[in-house]
Order: sequence, then structure tokens, then C-alpha cells
Amino acid sequence: MSRFAAILPELILSLGGTVLMLVAAFTGRRGSALVSWLAVALLLVGTAALVGAPSHAGPQFDGLISADLFASFGKAIMFPAAAVAIIAAHGWFEQDHEHSSEYAVLILFAAAGMSIMVSATSLISLYVGLELNSLASYVLASYRRSDERSAEAGLKYFVLGALASGILLYGISLLYGFTGTTNFAGIAAAFARGAPSLGLLFGLVFLLAGLAFKISAVPFHMWTPDVYEGAPTPVTAFFATAPKVAAVMLATRVCVDALAPATDAWRQIMIFAALASIFLGAIAAYGQTNIKRLLAYSSINNVGFVLIGLAGGGAVGASSVLFYLAVYVPMTLGAFLCVLWMRDSEGRPVEDIASLAGLSQTRPGFALAFAVFMFSLAGVPPFFGFWAKVVVFNSALKAGLFPFAVAGILGTVIGAYYYLRIVKVMYMDEPAAPYARVREPLQGLLILVSALVISPLGYLLIGPLQSLSDKAAGSMF
Amino acid sequence: MVGSEVTGLPLLTILIALPLIAGAACLFVRAEAARWIALVTTLVELVISIYLWVQFDPNGAQWQFQEYVPLGGGFGWALGIDGIALVLIQLTAFLMPICIGASWRSIERRVPEFMAAFLLMQALMFGVFAAQDLFLFYVFFEGGLIPMYLIIGIWGGAERIKASYKFFLYTFLGSVLMLIAMIYMAQTAGTTSIPKLMAYDFPVDAQKWLWLAFFASFAVKMPMWPVHTWLPDAHVQAPTAGSVILAGVLLKMGGYGFIRFSLPMFPDGSAMFVPLVFVLSGVAVVYTSLVALVQTDMKKLIAYSSVAHMAFVTFGLFALNRQGIEGAMMVMLGHGLVSGALFLCVGVVYDRLHTREIARYGGLSDNMPGYALLFMVFTMASVGLPGTSNFVGEFLSLIGTYHASTWAAIVATTGIILGAAYMLWLYWRIAFGTQRNADAAAMPDLSAREWWLLAPIALAVFWMGIYPESFLRPMRNDIGRLLTRVERVAPQGDSRPTPGKAREKLQLVGEEESHS
Repeated sequence: MSRFAAILPELILSLGGTVLMLVAAFTGRRGSALVSWLAVALLLVGTAALVGAPSHAGPQFDGLISADLFASFGKAIMFPAAAVAIIAAHGWFEQDHEHSSEYAVLILFAAAGMSIMVSATSLISLYVGLELNSLASYVLASYRRSDERSAEAGLKYFVLGALASGILLYGISLLYGFTGTTNFAGIAAAFARGAPSLGLLFGLVFLLAGLAFKISAVPFHMWTPDVYEGAPTPVTAFFATAPKVAAVMLATRVCVDALAPATDAWRQIMIFAALASIFLGAIAAYGQTNIKRLLAYSSINNVGFVLIGLAGGGAVGASSVLFYLAVYVPMTLGAFLCVLWMRDSEGRPVEDIASLAGLSQTRPGFALAFAVFMFSLAGVPPFFGFWAKVVVFNSALKAGLFPFAVAGILGTVIGAYYYLRIVKVMYMDEPAAPYARVREPLQGLLILVSALVISPLGYLLIGPLQSLSDKAAGSMF
Repeated sequence: MVGSEVTGLPLLTILIALPLIAGAACLFVRAEAARWIALVTTLVELVISIYLWVQFDPNGAQWQFQEYVPLGGGFGWALGIDGIALVLIQLTAFLMPICIGASWRSIERRVPEFMAAFLLMQALMFGVFAAQDLFLFYVFFEGGLIPMYLIIGIWGGAERIKASYKFFLYTFLGSVLMLIAMIYMAQTAGTTSIPKLMAYDFPVDAQKWLWLAFFASFAVKMPMWPVHTWLPDAHVQAPTAGSVILAGVLLKMGGYGFIRFSLPMFPDGSAMFVPLVFVLSGVAVVYTSLVALVQTDMKKLIAYSSVAHMAFVTFGLFALNRQGIEGAMMVMLGHGLVSGALFLCVGVVYDRLHTREIARYGGLSDNMPGYALLFMVFTMASVGLPGTSNFVGEFLSLIGTYHASTWAAIVATTGIILGAAYMLWLYWRIAFGTQRNADAAAMPDLSAREWWLLAPIALAVFWMGIYPESFLRPMRNDIGRLLTRVERVAPQGDSRPTPGKAREKLQLVGEEESHS
């Protein structure tokens, strides 16, 4: 029984999701509100189930997964983020008579997949978790069937995702072939046996390329702007946060656990991917007029900074990744919730950056919150996003990667321009037509809470968050 | 060590928190109420900072009014001031109510937000001077960009958007390198406490790079030639109060950074780069003075003169001797008052005629005698007339520079002459001559409000010029402590008296030469 206690959160999500699917099937459209609230409750219960000894039980099922603090840290970020994605959909799909209960159920299954991803200590469970998450995501991206862009996003995501999965599987098969095991510890032992063979290196490169697709790191980012733009906004908010956390943490565990002896080999890849993501994310965002596309490039840019921390390697690197993700999620969710609230006078969603003009005069509070998220994403102090950047650069400098850190930080200046542009449009331009008010107090509360976490008040969290992420990173070693 | 040593009240935290609270309150009230909230808050802040000045013991501990609350992760709310920070806090607190007064009627649009931005700015400026934690300093230092970006961008002139971007990105670019250096310092020294780091000896090789990283930030902020180009744009486009605070306080952060970080933490690095600083400062003095000479826009002229004056600060600081550093501090204080006052003077006529074109004015001494009088006081102070604040600073700074290098002193001194040229010519074109324009001739003299803004500055300018001891005394011991760090590496200079050479020796040398 104790084996199952260790995977209690996953059990809650997958069994609960199955039951809710039945509820959805029997109640039809009437039950959609009930199903989404139950799904939110399940995610919160899943988060609560992380507390306690079983979640630190260590390797389970012959090393397929590991229930440790690292995994729990990720789940504690992802489950609430997934819950927010469900709450964000309230009042979104109804307007097109499309909201059906499957949305919440799909998010639950995706969350179960992510949960397996962050716990995975074997290439097989890694792949199972990744695919469970991906399949749910493909459907979510095209959730708005009547919308061409949404359908296109789903198709694009699926085709490119399938390609990435193929690359990943090829890497996995190479690693398995050359090491004779799919277990992370076994792979690490094989890499530690001396200079890695060409086959091992190829396996490593393919594995990391497949993961780079999932975290949308350059050069495997091409799908991101299209999918983010086309997918319904609540789904985009979900994509930009929870699955990204899962994929980044998965990559982190693979790098610092399975591939730890080959740090020099994967560090070069990470350095390239980090710098390319930062600069491409920053430069490509310049010409964007659609806020969702802009935030897509922003998330590419942010992944670059996470990888700067990861490139540092070791426990310090892993800890900096966790810290960054814990700050990244509220600021990104907050920004997307603000995007959700961009509605024209008839309540239809708008995505044009120009429509934000003069928002500070028509809706001062909304504009202030949005500006806080933008400054924080840009890494400008005194907002909390700044400290997250300090932490990842700290990791890179600890590893002695000075030129790399300097290049990375210069990227923040380029990126700052487009975040400033949003602030400029909101604060310095003449007001455009005012937005319709959205009557969703819960979403308003979530925006407020994330803005407060990101505000200088967040600095009070530095101590606990740092020690928690240190402990979580340490649990892998 | 939580709480102030003197009264038990966390005075510095109050100094920082009060404007934040008042600024938030401004957002919820109407324009008139916001004005009064801002004015009362800045006056209370002035009273608190004067109390700090009175309570500060110049012969006491180096760091006073210390507060420390650790926040974990190697970061803490560490505040404390020495004499150098104290006088700069006085300058800030003194200029703030004047800025609010200057915006009383000239800002009509979005007044509550303007006052909130200004009060936020004030809190962050106090934070910069009071921070004792490396990263806390950075947070305040960079955080100040946000309100200034908004002040220029929302309430500025026609080209305000470009100027605000330029201001933000330029200074941000300079500062991020400093952040990398700070992280490295925290890792190497194992502490983020500024007082501890000021006594820490970094490897000489690392000092070179660290110095350059900090230089990138402070040189932009200062600003030094050739990275000064953001300043004229920002000044010209900013509203009057924005220009005052920019010239009065924000530029001083660069000099404060040098004196707090570059000199004591990297003495060897500083010594290594003295020639670089002297060359850049020398070019700045001559070049920007000449550029100021040909300006047709009053604000631009004063902006360029700021760059030239700030070069006196860098000259004095990197002379690495007592006169130089004390002079640099006095130039910073004096320039803070005088350039602020000059921008206010521009604002006074701009409010009436809505142009900064010098040629549109003339003969103002006829219809605005009070204005002409005060404007002359500040012009003379800017030129460095004895008896005014700038004379003390510039003279000391030149003496210090002379000890370090006579050539540098010669170049620097041309700045005094050129400064007299462009300032007196500006004054002549505006206040004297014939009244060419009817609308300029019809302008009324200073109102009571404008007298209240300018007269206190004039008094302070004379006080600083006649009895500078009040300002030098709190800094003296701290500059002494700084000198113990840097005098080891101070440039020897070519101005020391040398014993004359004996005649026979000369002949011997001559004979040797003829033999060979």
C-alpha cells in the first residue's frame, strides 16, 4: 500500500479525472460548471496530498519514478497553476456556447502527465508522462473547434510535437542501446565509466533536442508563437506555465541526475540554447502587434534565463531553476489573466497591443497590475522577477561561466525594450476605446495576489523559497 | 542591531516608507489633495532628515542609524548612513518640496499619478543613499528608473517617448554589468554587506574587471563623456521638476557610486584606470563646454553644462587625495543646488512663454527684476564665483587634481573659463539687451510661490559658499577612512616640489655626454 501512498497525487488526478469524465458524459453541458469546480478541488487536494512523509519516500516501482522533494516542489507549483487555468476559463468559452466539461478533465490528465514527468527517474516513465501531457495539450490547443486559428494551432502543435517525440524516442533508444538501462542512475553510471562514446553523445543530443522542443528553447521554438496565438487564451496561460515547468524540471533532472558525469557535454548545448533563446526571444518580440505572440516570445526569452541557471549545473544550478520557475509562474499567469481581461466594448476578447492604449486612464488598477508583470518579466528591480534573475546568474557565475553570464545579462536589456513598449502604450498613449468590465471577482483576486507576490513584498519570500529550492534540488543527489 | 542606535526609532526605514505610503494615498484622491499630500510629505521628510543631520555624530562611529533585518538568501534590509550619505540625503530632502512646488501649477494632467511617481522616486533615492546591502543598493538604484521613465514619458515634452526610452535603456545597459560584478563579489567575499566589502581586498586581477563593470554603470549615470548622450534628451523633455531631480540628485548617484564602491572596494583597479578617467573627464570639460556654448535651447545648455561640471567630480575623485575627494563631494552638493535652481529658472519663464528658445527672450531684467536677480545669483554660482557653493568644490577639486597631474589640472581649469563664457553669455542674452519680443517683455515678475522655491536655494548656495564647514564636517572622517584605502595607490603627480639639482652634477653629466 505504501507504494501507492507515494503516488497519491497522481492517483487522485487520474482516477478523479476518469470519474469526472463520466460525470461530464452523463450531465452534458449542464454539468460543466460542476465539473470544473470539482477539477479545481481535485488539483487542490492533489497539492495538499504532497504534504507528508510518502512524498519523500524516494525511488518507487523499481526506480521508475522517485517521490522526492524535487518532484513535490514542481507539483506544488504546477497543480495550482493548472487550477488557475481552469478558473481562467470561466466566462471564456460560454460566449461561444463551447464550454464543455472536457476542458477541465483534459487539464487534469495533462496535470497527471506533468506529475509523472517531474517524478520520472527512468526514460520510460519520462516518455509516458511527456506523452500523456502532450496528448492532452494537443486537444486543448484546438479546443475551440469553430476557430480556424485554434484548429491550426492544434494541428501545428501535434505535427511538430510528434516530430519532437520521435527525436526524443530516438535519443532514448540510443541511450538504452549503449547503456543497457533506462534508469537514470544506470545511465549516470555508464557516463561515469570514462569518456562517453559517440553513441552515448548522440543519444544525449537527441534526448535534449526533444526536451528543448517541449520547453520551447531556440532552435526548437518555432511552434510556440503560433500555438500561443491560436490556442484559446486560458489554454495559452496553461501552456506557458504548468507544462513548461514540468518540461524544464524534467530536463533539469535528466541533466543533473542522469547526465551529471557528462556535464561538460550538455553544458555547451545549454549555453547555446540559453543565449539563442534570450536573444531570439528578445529580438523577435520587437515587431509583434499581438499580445499573445509577444508573450510567447517572452516565454522563450524566459526559458533562456532558466537555462542559464541550469548551465551552472549541480545542486546550485537545479536550485536556481526551481527558484526561477517559482517566480516565473505567478508573473506569467498574472500577465495572461490580464490578457484574458482584454475585452472590447461588446465583451469580445481582443489581442491587439494597440487596444491597450491609455489603459492607465481608463482602468488604472488593471494597467498598474499589467505594468508590474511587464517590469517583473523584464527583470527590472524592485520587482520579484529581478531576484529570480539574480539567482540564475548566481548559478552561472558559481560555475565560472563569466562571458556567458555577461552575454546573457546584455540580453535582458534588449528584452526590456518590448516590455517597456507595453508600459508605454498603457501609460503614455492617448486612450483607446475602453475595455468592457469582466465580472469575475475570483480572477481579479488571482491577478491581485500574483501582483502582490511579484511586487517588492515578494522579497519577504526570498528566504523560505531559497531554502526550499535548495532542499528540493539537494534531494536529487 | 535592529533599530536605530540613537533613538530606537528606525528613522531610515521611516524615511523610505513614508513617501511610499503617501504616494499610494495620492492615487486615491483628487488633484488638489494629491498636491497637498505630496507637499506635506516632502516637508515632513525634510524635517526628519534635518533631525538626522542634527543627531549625526561626525566623530562617532562610521555607520550610524543602522538597521538590519535579514531576508534570507544572502539578502537583507540593511540600512545605515555615514557622513557622505548623510549630506546627499539632505540634498534630496531639500530639493523634493521644491520640486513639488515647481509642479504645483505647471502639471495639470494626471496630477495624482505625477505626485505618486515623485514620491516613489524620493523613497528610492533615499534608499540608494541609505542601503548597506549590495543587492538592496542595486534594487533602489535600478528601481529609480521606473518612476523617472514614467515622469519623462507621461509629462514630458514633444519628443518625450524617445527620451524616456533612451534614458531607461541606456542606464539599464550600464547597470546590468554591475549586477554581474556584484554577484561575483558576493560569492568571492561571502558577504553582501557594503561596510564589510569596503574593507575586503579583492585580487588585483579581479579588481580590474570589477572596476570596469561598476564604471559602466556609474559613468552612464554620472554621466561622463562619451556616454552622456541620454542626458540632454532626458533633461529637455522632462518636466521642470523632473529635470531638477535628475540634475540635482540622480546624477549624484554616479558620484556616490564611485565613492562608495569603486574607490574603497577596488583601490588598485581605480589607480589603474586613473588615466582613463582623467582623459574622459578632460574631454568632457572642454568638449561639452563648447557644445553648451552653441546651444539655442536653455535646458540643453544647462544639461551640457552639467556634464562639464560632473567632470570636476570625476577629476577630484580620481585624484585620490583629500582635497580632490572633498572637492568632488562639494561640487556634487553645489551642482545639485545650482543646476536644480537653473532648471527652475528655465521653468519659470517656460511656464509663461512656453518656449525654451533663448532667442525668444531678452531684456528680462526690465520687466522681471526679481527673476533677473536670482537668475544672476545662480549663474554666478554655476560659474564658480567665490562666496558661492560651486567655488569651494571646484577649487578644492582642482587643487586635488593638480596634486595628481598638472596637465589634468590645466585642462580642467579651462572648464572654469568656458563655463563663465557660456553661462554669462546665456545670462546676457536672457536678462540684458533690448526687449525684442513683446510677449517676453510683458511677462510678470516672480510670484510668491516662485520666490519660495528659489530663495531657499539661493540661501543654501551662499551658506555652502561662505561656511562650507557645516557640510564638510560630517564627511571629514569618512573621507579620511576612504583615504586609508586609496592613498597607497594615489598617483604621485608631477607637481611636488623637488630639490634642485647640484650644478657640478649637471656639469658631470654634460662631460659624460661629451666623452661618449
